Amino acid sequence: MVEPAVDSRSSFTKLWPDARTALEDIVSDGMLLAIGGFGLCGIPEALILALRDTGARNLTIASNNAGVDDWGIGLLLQTRQVRKMISSYVGENSEFERQYLSGELEVEFCPQGTLAERMRAGGAGIPGFYTRTGVGTLVAEGKEHKQFNGVTYILERAIRADLALVKAWKADLHGNLVYRRTARNFNPNAATCGKITVAEAEIVVEPGEIDPDEIHTPGIFVHRLVHNPNPEKRIEKKTTREV
Amino acid sequence: MAWTRHQMAARAARELQDGFYVNLGIGIPTLVASHIPRGITVTFQSENGLLGLGPFPREDEVDADLINAGKETVTFIAGASTFSSADSFAMIRGGHIDLAILGAMQVSERGDLANWMIPGKRVKGMGGAMDLVSGVQRVLVLMEHTAQGGAKLLRNCTLPLTGAGVVKRVITDLCVLDVTPSGFEVIELATGATRAQVQQQTEASVSFTDSVT
Repeated sequence: MVEPAVDSRSSFTKLWPDARTALEDIVSDGMLLAIGGFGLCGIPEALILALRDTGARNLTIASNNAGVDDWGIGLLLQTRQVRKMISSYVGENSEFERQYLSGELEVEFCPQGTLAERMRAGGAGIPGFYTRTGVGTLVAEGKEHKQFNGVTYILERAIRADLALVKAWKADLHGNLVYRRTARNFNPNAATCGKITVAEAEIVVEPGEIDPDEIHTPGIFVHRLVHNPNPEKRIEKKTTREV
Repeated sequence: MAWTRHQMAARAARELQDGFYVNLGIGIPTLVASHIPRGITVTFQSENGLLGLGPFPREDEVDADLINAGKETVTFIAGASTFSSADSFAMIRGGHIDLAILGAMQVSERGDLANWMIPGKRVKGMGGAMDLVSGVQRVLVLMEHTAQGGAKLLRNCTLPLTGAGVVKRVITDLCVLDVTPSGFEVIELATGATRAQVQQQTEASVSFTDSVT
């Protein structure tokens, strides 16, 4: 039996110099992307800016929301790079509304849990699944209906993205990711469903510095890593209580 | 005379049981958290990925990475957990959440719920509402009995549905109604509200349990 040399992967790193170089050779027109985040919480800020700067057009983006007018995915709407959004909720964005109502932008409304599961399934090699969510509503139109134990379900299809962009709090050079608080949201699910997945993290450490039991997304799902130590982390609705 | 928003929320809070995991929608349902009966422990879920939702933060506690499903900054309580959206909706769709309390634009006498879309007006999306109403153990609607004088409790919803046959109980400013195989049944009247008032403001037909006077 051959023992692998202890230090055989010591130079193995997925870290790229910056978001621009991490994306420029893998982005193309007409791509399907999965992007993590809920509202502006846990969005891959640097990667979205770099995606905008590639100039890629006719993009389809699966993401729970579409950012706000001047931040997050809203930046890609300003530059008319998005052809279609697959989202559960798209309020708080007037440019989105304008493009949607004028027919420039196509929207596939997808229930939030169905969207998360479509990403999870896509990453797990499951092409579709049956769910009760949406039965009897507009969401069910044109979809296969099937009964299990007397209950009706509809068939929803997985999302396998050409490229997934996610935001982590901490990463190691092997692409193992840890998220923080509710900034986790769609990021672990999006990370699994990308044919190529690029993550940005606030903190990047050497392999071994994160306990294996504490890793949320194993590095096998992450192909490229970008260090963004000071994200803006814009807050949509700051609410506080009196002390 | 009828219940105020806080009285409605307090009545809804009496539906809570010790140990329940509960998801609250935006609007009047959020007030329910302020009326939890003494002696019971309830854990609130926020579908963006938090179980054990706490109060709004003090100024020095505000954390951009910690928000609720309404995108407001929040805190968490001791014993809280955070998780991915897929795990969050596994809790919801897998029937692990005991109760969802949410608002509505319309409810039909069969328990159909419409609360996400008005055709021809700005469409924002359903968010997690369709998953919640089809997945949690029990759906309670908390809403004003009418909207600008128009009935909201109908024979048939005229707006696009969020879920079909999903609502079990409705609490309004006038009464508490159950959705039964024979339609809406009023089980309780708000302080000062009358049978005639409820009948007049409900498009669907309503029956009353004997104890309701």
